Amino acid sequence: MKRYPLISLLVLILALGITGTVLAQDVRPTDDEVNAIAKQLYCPVCENTPLDVCPTEACREWREQIRAMLAEGKSEEEIKQFFVEYYGARVLSEPPRQGFNWVIYIVPPLVILAGAGILFMGLRKWVTPDDPGHDRGAKEAPGTADEENEYLARIEKELLGKD
Amino acid sequence: MTEQTTPVPERAVPIWVQIIVWILLSGLLVLVALGLKNAQNPIIRVGSEVPDFNLTLFEGYTYEGSPVVSLSALHGKVVVLNFWASWCKPCEQEAAELEEVWRSYAEVDAEVVFLGVAWTDTPANSLEYLQKFEVTYPNGPDLGSRISAVFNRNLGVPETYLIDKEGILRAVKIGPFASNAEIKSFINPLLSE
Amino acid sequence: MIADFGYGILVVTFLLSLYSVGAAVLGALNKSTAIVESARRAMLLTWPLLTLSSLALIYLLVNNHYEVEFVYQVTSRSMPTYLKITALWGGQSGSLVFWSWLMSAFASLVTLRKWDRDREFLPWVIAVASLTMAFFLAMNVLFENPFARFWQTAAGVEAYTFKPANALPFAPQDGRGLNPLLRHIGMVIHPPMLYLGFVSFVIPYAFAIAALITGRTDDRWIRLTRRWTLWAWLFLALGLVLGGRWAYDVLGWGGYWGWDPVEVAAFIPWLIGTAFLHSVMIQEKRGMFKQWNMFLIVLTYCAVIYGTFVTRSGLLSSVHAFAQSAIGPMFAVYLSLISIGSVALIIWRWGDLSSDIELKSVFSRESLFLINNFLFLTLAFICYLGMNFPLVAEIITNQRVTVGPIWYERITAPLFAALMFLMGVAPLSAWGNSTLRTLGRAIWKPAVVSLGITTVLFFTYTRNAIALTGFFLVSFVILVSLYEYWRGARARQTSQGENFFVAFWKLTARNPRRYGGYFVHISMMLMAIGILGIELFQVETQGTVQVDQSINLGGYTVKYKDIAQFPGPDGRQVTRAVVSVYQGDQYISELHPRIDYYFESQQSMTIPGQRPTLKDDLYILLVAWEPVSTAGATFKIFVNPLINWLWIGSILFSAGILIAALIPDRSRAAVREKKSVQVAQTSAAD
Repeated sequence: MKRYPLISLLVLILALGITGTVLAQDVRPTDDEVNAIAKQLYCPVCENTPLDVCPTEACREWREQIRAMLAEGKSEEEIKQFFVEYYGARVLSEPPRQGFNWVIYIVPPLVILAGAGILFMGLRKWVTPDDPGHDRGAKEAPGTADEENEYLARIEKELLGKD
Repeated sequence: MTEQTTPVPERAVPIWVQIIVWILLSGLLVLVALGLKNAQNPIIRVGSEVPDFNLTLFEGYTYEGSPVVSLSALHGKVVVLNFWASWCKPCEQEAAELEEVWRSYAEVDAEVVFLGVAWTDTPANSLEYLQKFEVTYPNGPDLGSRISAVFNRNLGVPETYLIDKEGILRAVKIGPFASNAEIKSFINPLLSE
Repeated sequence: MIADFGYGILVVTFLLSLYSVGAAVLGALNKSTAIVESARRAMLLTWPLLTLSSLALIYLLVNNHYEVEFVYQVTSRSMPTYLKITALWGGQSGSLVFWSWLMSAFASLVTLRKWDRDREFLPWVIAVASLTMAFFLAMNVLFENPFARFWQTAAGVEAYTFKPANALPFAPQDGRGLNPLLRHIGMVIHPPMLYLGFVSFVIPYAFAIAALITGRTDDRWIRLTRRWTLWAWLFLALGLVLGGRWAYDVLGWGGYWGWDPVEVAAFIPWLIGTAFLHSVMIQEKRGMFKQWNMFLIVLTYCAVIYGTFVTRSGLLSSVHAFAQSAIGPMFAVYLSLISIGSVALIIWRWGDLSSDIELKSVFSRESLFLINNFLFLTLAFICYLGMNFPLVAEIITNQRVTVGPIWYERITAPLFAALMFLMGVAPLSAWGNSTLRTLGRAIWKPAVVSLGITTVLFFTYTRNAIALTGFFLVSFVILVSLYEYWRGARARQTSQGENFFVAFWKLTARNPRRYGGYFVHISMMLMAIGILGIELFQVETQGTVQVDQSINLGGYTVKYKDIAQFPGPDGRQVTRAVVSVYQGDQYISELHPRIDYYFESQQSMTIPGQRPTLKDDLYILLVAWEPVSTAGATFKIFVNPLINWLWIGSILFSAGILIAALIPDRSRAAVREKKSVQVAQTSAAD
């Protein structure tokens, strides 16, 4: 669903390229085409609310700007670029991937990896397998009834606190 | 985050771990303090020097032949910096007055420059607005919201900043001017300095 | 008069809580029961005092005393009385009073319990609770006085606590009124829930600090505060859900959660609290990870304070934030104080907190809980990073950026999926010993059935890989949890000869925390269904139509019938559209999306017309209309599949926590304590 506006936009641009500007005046981009782009932008007037649903007058005009640019045959990228140049990087829904902003893209995966690494090392250090006899005991009781009994014993044990 | 993995049988936290913990913690707290300082508003107080900025003018506007004005080039002149937007009703109240006052000063070649900055506005609407009020003094968009960022974190429109000949912020007017006289009352004292 | 009275009480209470801190510490150091008792009584006095002060403020709010600045800001004559009362927490200063009032209630409750066996904790618990309260009261007393009145001076009208020289009282005719966005039942309940969650987390923290200072570092503090932690967690969760529901009903963007900094700020304590809730069980069962639990509760408390700080200081810009205020620096100082103090205490007691860590298997329950902790803390860290990044970026690059939902969703989705997987596996593993083999034997049945369900969904509902993974995990967790109930009940059935339902009930009653917990897991999965539905399958369209024309979306046909404008209650102009909804050719219902315009605040609110079913939610917004009805109206229509499972899940989940928190816990811990009778009585009152 989300891709359709994009595709129709591409088709539109192609069509415009072929038939020239005469047609451009007839083709008024629909609200859905406008919103598909507006959804990805934020205006400073309503903090943290996506442009497609912000009810203020300023945002309504921003949407009209998107519509006008679509009608001119501008691509989604070009429109976003215009908004960034005109109003600053904060209109984008996430920081542009450049300079210091890379921090926010690199740190989370690093933290996940580092955390997983620490956890792995910790587990390796702390895990001291039980005496093998116990383990064999478990292997030798494959039947369902025994399994249930074992489970029951565990539950009762846990409930009564006899660890 | 690192404490948990320290081998437990040790009786105390190793000194290097302690150092790291304290550095991290103070780093975070410093960040909070800096953030708090940054979040302070207004960004420049009346009486302090205004950092330089460039205003790229709309098509059809120039300042002394150039399509870009920078504050530093206006040294020796009183600057009236007005933020507005075409969607802003109160801005319309003062638009004609500002232009009128500007013309009255221009006629006598006073040492004053009016600059209009369109904030969160779309170019087509801005130009339409400028035409409607026949604004002749230099106007341009707040590209990248860089100019408003110099003055106020939570800018609203209209807002007008008065900068004296030495580049010092001298007065701020939030909301529209009520009359020509009010605008002049802000400018005249600065002109006569 | 009443305003002065209210402010006077605030000042007295503030001094009283300072005294309580001082006396408690002094009493503890001198081992003087009398001084500690005095501190306890001082603390008990704060609740009635703050009740009086709050009542004074409510009196002013209800009786239109607009000479008081706070009353002027949050109420107006046209507001109904119940909204005037709840406006108490509709603004910065009033909500601080409310916060302190809740805090004093909880602190009093805690000091009223029997302390026989835990005498040495008492002074330190009082000190920490009173210090927290003193801090919040100080903000009221010094910066944000809700009783400040307007005075007319030569310089103009301004609010002051005390009458300035040569000033005349000034009373506006009417107030500005509560922000219309906040006049919603969700917003009336949402802040108290969050505050309750926040203040109840203060109690476990106070006990933890008491344990650190006294050096009594066994799991006593955890047992004493277990219920508080559960309540805190429940309230916080309810607060988050209600906030989401409010956003869904009022903000008119077809969503419930926008990863706004303030939302995230409340989410972080919940995440850390969840980790804490699980990891304390390791300490209770196996006596391990004492240091880790201390660290977690300190982190939770810091997150609570930081969250409150962020919302109230204007540090981060947000739709929900309070107006900018002078209390920022004070919060920063307090945050430094508690974080440095707590960390220093942990380092000091590090040796006493150590325990031999011995895990028998990577697949034992305690190992899986560790992984759970890792995932929750990583999530909390990511939220912290995303929330604060705009601030840091501005300091370093001088450029403002937005960190929106796209970023959060991309990075957190795999972690949430991993958590869901863990939720499916962990219940099947045992404490202490559990091998891959025993685990595998328990897992394969639910796994195969879930795979079957996923296959059916593949052919009937969706081909989306993320959705299918999600649905697989959801069914896996639900099946495992049900399987656990069933296995437990069956086991009792055979051994005790009980009827299945009796067995089921006794099982739950015997270990409410575990089985309540599974219930919470199941409800969480129902919520996950809703989240998957709206995130992956939401469709929307917007169009302008004339009367009797229609818009089609997702199998629905929405036909525009009529529009009318009329004055509504509460000082607003209502513009209400009437649309008929058809599914195929069949008429289903009539919906009324509307725009409410509030005259006094000149704000408008877009209220959607909603048709909720278990399958989806048809959500229609009136975006714009022309005064002449023939010119048409613009509607924005969302079809939000499965979203209602989110709300169903959250109701069930509250029920699950209530089960876990209300049924007296007669499992292992309680049984052991039963040996001394009076102790068992106190633990039921925890």
